[in-house]
Amino acid sequence: MNSTIDRKWMWIGGLVLLVVLLVLPFLVKNFRVFQFNMVMIYAIAVLGLNILTGYNGQISLGHGAFYAIGAYVAAILMTHGGWPYWATLPLAALVCFGFGYLMGFPALRLGGHYLALATFALALAVPQLLKYKAIESWTGGVMGLVLNKPEPPIEFSMFGQPLSQDRWLYYVILSVMLLMFLIAWRLLRGRVGRALVAIRDHPIAAAAMGINLPVFKSLTFGVSAAFTGVAGALGAVAVAFVSPDSFTVFLSITFLVGVVVGGLASIHGAIFGAIFIQYVPHVAEEVSKSAPWAIYGIFLIVLMYVMPTGAAGLIDRVIGRFRRPASVNSSGQSATAAAPVSSHPAGGKL
Amino acid sequence: MPDLLEVKGLTAAYGATQVLFDVDFTLAQGQITAILGANGAGKTTTLRAICQAVKTGGSVLFDGQQIVGKSTEAVVRLGVAQVPDGRGTFTALSVEDNLKLGAYVRRDRAEVARDIDRAYERFPRLKERRNQQAGTLSGGEQQMLAISRALMLRPRLLLLDEPSFGLAPLIVAEIFRIMRRINEEEKVSMLLVEQNASLALDLAHHAYLLETGRIAISGPSAQIKNDENVRRVYLGY
Amino acid sequence: MEAFLHQIFSGLANGGIYASVALALVMIYQSTHHINFAQGEMAMFSTFIAWWMMQAGMPYWVAFFLTIAISFAGGLIIQRTILKPVEKAPVLTNVIVFIGLLVIFNSVAGWVFDHTIKPFPTPFPKGSFIESRYFSAHEVGTVLVMLCVLAVLFSFLRFTPIGLAMRAAAQNPESARLVGIRVSWMLGIGWGLAAAIGAVAGMMVAPIVFLDPNMMSGILLYGFAAALLGGIDNPWGAVIGGFIVGVLENLLGAYVIGTELKLSVALVLIVTTLTLKPNGLFGKAVVTRV
Repeated sequence: MNSTIDRKWMWIGGLVLLVVLLVLPFLVKNFRVFQFNMVMIYAIAVLGLNILTGYNGQISLGHGAFYAIGAYVAAILMTHGGWPYWATLPLAALVCFGFGYLMGFPALRLGGHYLALATFALALAVPQLLKYKAIESWTGGVMGLVLNKPEPPIEFSMFGQPLSQDRWLYYVILSVMLLMFLIAWRLLRGRVGRALVAIRDHPIAAAAMGINLPVFKSLTFGVSAAFTGVAGALGAVAVAFVSPDSFTVFLSITFLVGVVVGGLASIHGAIFGAIFIQYVPHVAEEVSKSAPWAIYGIFLIVLMYVMPTGAAGLIDRVIGRFRRPASVNSSGQSATAAAPVSSHPAGGKL
Repeated sequence: MPDLLEVKGLTAAYGATQVLFDVDFTLAQGQITAILGANGAGKTTTLRAICQAVKTGGSVLFDGQQIVGKSTEAVVRLGVAQVPDGRGTFTALSVEDNLKLGAYVRRDRAEVARDIDRAYERFPRLKERRNQQAGTLSGGEQQMLAISRALMLRPRLLLLDEPSFGLAPLIVAEIFRIMRRINEEEKVSMLLVEQNASLALDLAHHAYLLETGRIAISGPSAQIKNDENVRRVYLGY
Repeated sequence: MEAFLHQIFSGLANGGIYASVALALVMIYQSTHHINFAQGEMAMFSTFIAWWMMQAGMPYWVAFFLTIAISFAGGLIIQRTILKPVEKAPVLTNVIVFIGLLVIFNSVAGWVFDHTIKPFPTPFPKGSFIESRYFSAHEVGTVLVMLCVLAVLFSFLRFTPIGLAMRAAAQNPESARLVGIRVSWMLGIGWGLAAAIGAVAGMMVAPIVFLDPNMMSGILLYGFAAALLGGIDNPWGAVIGGFIVGVLENLLGAYVIGTELKLSVALVLIVTTLTLKPNGLFGKAVVTRV
């Protein structure tokens, strides 16, 4: 009985949410829409990292590299190849999947901090690689590439606001984001998700149970990279600009902050994390230019003490308390509850 | 003379698994007490509990002082030295360094040097290998080293965890002989955990028998040794 | 030929700095089995402190040694307060805390000392040592300072009781406790030493690359490469690795790939070492129990 009432409210809530999401761009100024776009893009990127690090326990401090690759693939295809922006997305995904899969191989032998080290090195080296003179004709070197934001295909207005480039992009990005979240949700809910977590917590036992470790870990790396690469491509289009110095190690750290704050091994946590990393700098910069990063640092450390499961974990627990009478494993639950995650998401041998 | 070690209601747990249940025993000054029992009975855990290396509850009075809740380092500084199972030597350091480390908390340098000499007198084989890496020593030599290192503390209480384990009978006999001498000459009290019951009962004055975390039998070792029923049921010989 | 020799000597001078960073990393790894990602930023921050003291009028060597002392204390305090609670936590937790420290040091440095690039004095200006076409006085001085640091560290670990206790605690913490060593404090001292060594490295490199909050990130990368190459648990390996990386970086940069891709050398070195020989040239093989 309870679950039917729950279901009804869920549908109503979902519908309301959908309407709000669809109308939102026209309720706010253009630059806010741009901010929303970045939030969604970061959410995809953070989700990508979370698949690898949160669910599968492979620590990557270099996901900014995949974001950069996706961004540059899009930029180069659009600038030199004249490709339309939407066509660059699958290619960015593919290229990043390839690189991620390749990263998977040395990663197999590296546990914990060694992998963190290797990916950290990758992140540090990326800007220099992008500035390399030999490929300057493609990448635009230090100056980077300037892109054109796509024009909306139709004329439209609502509440006195026109369908601008940013607003059109909002819908594009929203669709991509929903699609990618759906893909992730389907992947992580079932056997795949459980296998990932098993590999994270008890790799040797997982292998003994027949999970093909090398293949799984490399595939996970690839998928994770692909997600972040798509985010990168979208980011290039949304910002209409790519340059090497946009993709320093601090970008990788930003994604890590997003994962930690939003919640390790959580899909919806990616959204909280993205909101955090998009808006904290804006608020903190009022205080001082250096404040955002100091805040990131403090959050990282404090969260590790206090709330290792991040915001998603906290919210899940709160929701859980309200939903106790209903069945625990109803289909509406997120993957965090479905997958047998140990109480500390970073628990077990990493 | 009050007991050196008084254990009451001792409990110990590894995480959620409780291993010792309400264990009581005492150790008088200058005595050797043995704790016997089968594998998994909780013997090693008892020693670790005294050293506070595992989560413990209850009361452990060492010379009248409560040591439950103290850190292992603090318990050591009160004069409790342990020869852990597996010897616990610093395998990458030299024999001499191992001995020096045994005296880490002591301030009397001259006496420490003298004690090192005495260790070499007692175990000439260690002297031969004084600059060798401890990991290259044989099992018996490592045991000698482990005991010597523990004695470097000039402990009031010496805890020994399965000193006979993995050693040839001749070496074991020699080591046990030396332990008796140490107890008689230097009045070091000893708490000995052993699976080899007959050896332990020959050495110890008093014995306790642990069965799945509880004391099943206690008494003077001569009495236990001579009790055929106990021997057959609990000690297997 | 002349240019080649110059590259080698300059590589050795850089190598000395990489060796110290690598040594600091190995010190922390040996005792805690963690890689200190914040090592570079800590060194940078120490160098800023030295700069500030010198700006306030303090003579170089006074500021130098005072910075070392402050860095030691700082490292010790960080280990005791921030790292101790997560000592037993999984690797990911520790990595995140290290990154947090990295970010805090970097941003606070920028906030307190601002981002303009500052010159940093060298105690070995032109003419103070035998100079030649192959190496400058500062380069010679750097190598000498680094060798001194190594000698002091080595003597400390080898010949003092605390040094012995630190080595024991790193090798076998359980047995160390059984002889009364306060293992937690040994970890703190290890951090203090690493911070102090890092400070020296920072002060030696600042005259060359100029002082700003992002000064150490590239050097940290080389330090990683050096530590891995030499074997992450071997201090001597770290030193040798440092010099190898220094020379290799210079030679490859000058003759093979150009100076722009030097950081990639470190990256390739790291990935290759981790893939082919994870224990480095001199490290011990690591066996994981099932």
